[in-house]
Amino acid sequence: MKQNRENSASKHKSEKKYGSLKAWLYLLPALLFLGVFMVYPLVDVFIYSFEEGYNSASQTYFGTGLYNYSYVLHDPYFLQAVKNTFILVIITVPLSTGIALLISVGLHSITPLRNFLQTVYFLPYVTNTLAIGLVFMILFKKTAYSDGLINLLINWFGGSSVDFIDGPYWAKMFVLCFYTIWVVMPFKILILTGALASVNQQYYNAARVDGTSRLRTFLRITLPMISPMIFYLIITGFIGAFKAYSDAVALFGTDLNAAGMNTIVGYVYDMLYGDSGGYPSYASAAAILLFTIVLTITCINLLVSRKKVHY
Amino acid sequence: MENKLDAKTDYGKIEKKAAVRKRVVSTVTYLFLSLWAIVVLFPFYWMVLTSVKSYGAYNAEYIPKFFTLSPTGQNYVDAFSAVPLGRYLLNTTIFTVVTTALMLIVITLAAFAFARLEFRGRNIVFVLFLSLMMIPNELVIITNFVTVTELNMRNTFSGLILPSVTSVFYIYLLKENFEQIPDSLYYAAKVDGTSDLKYLLKVMVPISKPTLITITILKVIECWNSYVWPRLITDDENYYLVSNGIQEIRENGFGRENIPAMMAAVVVISTPLIILFLIFRKKIMAGVSRGGMKG
Repeated sequence: MKQNRENSASKHKSEKKYGSLKAWLYLLPALLFLGVFMVYPLVDVFIYSFEEGYNSASQTYFGTGLYNYSYVLHDPYFLQAVKNTFILVIITVPLSTGIALLISVGLHSITPLRNFLQTVYFLPYVTNTLAIGLVFMILFKKTAYSDGLINLLINWFGGSSVDFIDGPYWAKMFVLCFYTIWVVMPFKILILTGALASVNQQYYNAARVDGTSRLRTFLRITLPMISPMIFYLIITGFIGAFKAYSDAVALFGTDLNAAGMNTIVGYVYDMLYGDSGGYPSYASAAAILLFTIVLTITCINLLVSRKKVHY
Repeated sequence: MENKLDAKTDYGKIEKKAAVRKRVVSTVTYLFLSLWAIVVLFPFYWMVLTSVKSYGAYNAEYIPKFFTLSPTGQNYVDAFSAVPLGRYLLNTTIFTVVTTALMLIVITLAAFAFARLEFRGRNIVFVLFLSLMMIPNELVIITNFVTVTELNMRNTFSGLILPSVTSVFYIYLLKENFEQIPDSLYYAAKVDGTSDLKYLLKVMVPISKPTLITITILKVIECWNSYVWPRLITDDENYYLVSNGIQEIRENGFGRENIPAMMAAVVVISTPLIILFLIFRKKIMAGVSRGGMKG
C-alpha cells in the first residue's frame, strides 16, 4: 500500500517533469523562429552599427566606434530623407486623424447608408499599396500625351497644370501626403466609429435634457469620452508615418533618392540593397537613429496624453 | 393671456428653426460623407475604366474621358502574355498559403503551451514574448537579410517564408481565446485518457475557430500585400510576388507607356483581396480593430 503510494508520487513527479518538457516542445517552433529572426537580429543590428568599414563579402571590419552614425548624419541623402519623413509626419498625422474624426462623427449621426459607407471607407485597407499607388500615379502624372485627370480638374477651376510625379518638390510632397492619408484612413475610421458607438447613450440623454448645444455636447462629452482612442491613433499614426516607405515607392518608383522623395526607412533599404546597397553598417546606424526618434516622440506623446486624456 | 400666446408662437418658431437646422446639418453630413466615398472609390473606378480602354484610344485622349463606349478585354490578355503576371500570382499564392499554414501551426502550439500547460517560467517567458511585440520590423530586417543571404536562401521560397511564420501578437490573441475554454473540459478529457495534442486538435481548435479564421484572414491580407521583404530577398523574376511584379511592370514591362495593360494587371492583383473582403467583411473589420495596423 505504502509502496504503491510512493510509486504514484514518483510517477506524478516524473510526469510533471515530463509535462514541463512537453510544454517546451510545444513552444520550440515559436522560440526557434523568434530567436533566429527577431532576438538575434535585434542584438546584431547594434553590433553592426558600431563596426566600422564592415565588408559583407569578407565579413571583416577595421574597428568599432561611432563612425557609421557620423557618416549617416552627414549624408545629404539621409538628411533629405529625414526632412521628407518629418514633413510627411507633421502633415499626415493631424490631418488624417482630424478628417477621420469628422467622418466618424458624421457616420455615427446617420442611420441609412451607414453600413454601406463603412464598407466603402474600409476598402483601401485590403488593397495592395503598390498596385493602387500606380493608379494614383496615373491620376496625377503629366505626360506628353495627357496632363492627367487631376490636372484636368485643376484646369477646370482655372489653375495651370503641374507635374505631380516628376515636378516640383511641393507637388510631389502633396501627392505623397494625399496617398498616405488615403491609405491610413480606413484603420482610423474603424477605430473611431467603434469608440463613438461605445459612448454611453445616457450622457447624451442627460445633455439633451439640459438643452446643451450639439457643439458643446461634442466638445464636453464625446471628445473626452473617446480621447483615449484618439491618442492611441495619434501614437500609432506617428509610428506608422515615420516608417513610411512603400507609399513613396508606389508613387515615385524604386529610385527614391533620384526623385528626392526618399524616407528614412527607404534610406535604410537603399543602404542595404540595390544599386547603392551593400552597407549593412550604415543601414543599421540609420535604422537605430530612426527608432531613437520614434521612441522619443512616442514617449513625448505618452507624457502629453497622461495630462490631457480623460480615462 | 397675450403673453402666453406669444410664447406659443415662439415655441412653434423654435421647433421649425430646429427642424430646418437639423435638415441642413444632415445634408451637410451626407455631402461630406459622399465626398469621401468618392475619393475612396474613384481610384478603383479609374483603374477598371482604364483597364478596358484600348491602348490606342487611351493614348489618343489628351483630355481623359470618364467612360468608354467600346470596352476591350485585350489588356487583360496582354497583362498575362507580355509579362509573367500568372507566375507572380502563383508565387504569391504559394507564399501566402504556406506562410499562413506554417504560422497557424506554430502559433497554435505556442498558444496552447501558454494557455493550458504548466511549466516553470511560463509567466516570464510569456512576458518576454510580449515584449518582442515592440520590436519594429525595420530593425531586424537588416540582419535577416544578411542571414538569408549567407544561407544562400535568396530567391527561394524558404527565404521568403521563414522569417514571417511567427507572430507574437497572434500567439497572444489565441492564448487569450484558449484560456476562455473551461478547465473542466480539459480534466474530463484527461480522465478519458485523451492526449494533450488530441485535446488541442479535437477540442480547443474547433472551439477557437472564429479567432483562427480572423487570424488567417489578416495574415492572408498581410502576405498578399507584402513588399519590402520579398523585394530584398528576390531579384529573380521567377520568385517575384505581386507587389514586386507590379513594380517591375511599372519600371520595365509593357514598354512603360502601355498604361491600360498596367491597369489590367492592377485589377487582377487587387480583385482577390477585395472579394475576400466582401465575403468576410464583418470578420475582417472586427479583426483589424482588435489589432490590425497599417500605416
